[in-house]
Amino acid sequence: MSTMDVVVDPTVRRPNVGEPDTDRLAVVGAGVMGTGIATLAVGHGIPVVLVDVSEERLAESRRQIQLGLRHGRLMGALPADVETGVLTTTLSLDDIESSTAVVEAVVEDAAVKEKVLAQASATVAAGTPLISNTSGIPIAELAEAVCRPADLVGTHFMNPAYLITMVEVVRGPATSVATMLGVHALLGAMGRRGMVVADSPGFVTSRLLHPMINDAVRVVADGVADAETVDELMRGCLGHPTGPLRTADLIGLDNLADALRLLAERTGNDRHRPAQLLLDKIAAGELGRKSGRGFYDYGKVLT
Amino acid sequence: MNVRTEQATLPDSGTIEGEIGTYLDERLNTTVDTEQDLFASGLISSMFAMELVVHLEQSYGIAVIGRDLKLDNFRSVRRMTELVLRLLDAPATDG
Repeated sequence: MSTMDVVVDPTVRRPNVGEPDTDRLAVVGAGVMGTGIATLAVGHGIPVVLVDVSEERLAESRRQIQLGLRHGRLMGALPADVETGVLTTTLSLDDIESSTAVVEAVVEDAAVKEKVLAQASATVAAGTPLISNTSGIPIAELAEAVCRPADLVGTHFMNPAYLITMVEVVRGPATSVATMLGVHALLGAMGRRGMVVADSPGFVTSRLLHPMINDAVRVVADGVADAETVDELMRGCLGHPTGPLRTADLIGLDNLADALRLLAERTGNDRHRPAQLLLDKIAAGELGRKSGRGFYDYGKVLT
Repeated sequence: MNVRTEQATLPDSGTIEGEIGTYLDERLNTTVDTEQDLFASGLISSMFAMELVVHLEQSYGIAVIGRDLKLDNFRSVRRMTELVLRLLDAPATDG
């Protein structure tokens, strides 16, 4: 199960998604990930309805999307010759009704995700792929909240979603083949490559990466090496692209702690509990790149 | 923000090179040469590249858009200086 390939029964019809002319993507949650995924979609010409509970958050997200579109084009990661898809922002989940696919990207909290997914699932037509973007909450858990578990699939986009081309795709026990074809088509239309894995806490990337970052934080707390040295060693000796602590800052230290707690609760492994230094930094408001400071100082926050 | 009016004297390339160099030295914690390829040397991450664009726009009151918005224009202090001078000199147009 290494790629998006699934055995296709000729009677299975792919949902009407993955065609920029007719796609209407709903993104629910205008945080870092929702904003990045919306940027990716409109940057590929797909119209997006972006939903959040906060008008302020939506305003900030609209600014970040404009910045992200420029960032993606600067890096050659977004096509220069595609007309940007129309972005609509709204406070009402009812506005996702006619969407051809829904990406749920609210906070990494199973209870909140379940609530939003339940409502989204009751709003869109049957057969509309309902994509929960999560770094590690098992899809089977979330499936209990939705009307049609067959329509639910997991993705784990990396940050920034518009720069990183690979996406971890999680097939839940009830996810239908049609839904898998739908998510595959959508990712294809956005220039992404999905790798399908089975459902499990933390999937593959978070299960491997997050405990490693947690240990890197402990290494710093123990005074073995400072953050720069840890990252330099991981880059120079082991070929890690950015180093674990820079990665932590990019993920957001609060999000990382949430993901670690989730992993600890579901695996029973205490090594996964967030390191004290991580919790201290969060308590001090040092959340990483998005707050201007984490393990590194980013000076002025991107505006 | 550093707003320059039409009447103001445009900064020369030496001044801009100096300003960009100082900014990079501070942000990267190292001294960079004017001609140094900042991407090849791994000094500039994909995230910092965009910060650099925004910094130049705000510092010089320019807009880097359309075909100018490409990594090659930010490859070195020299390239960035050339871009800033060109945009300061020409009225802003898209494309």
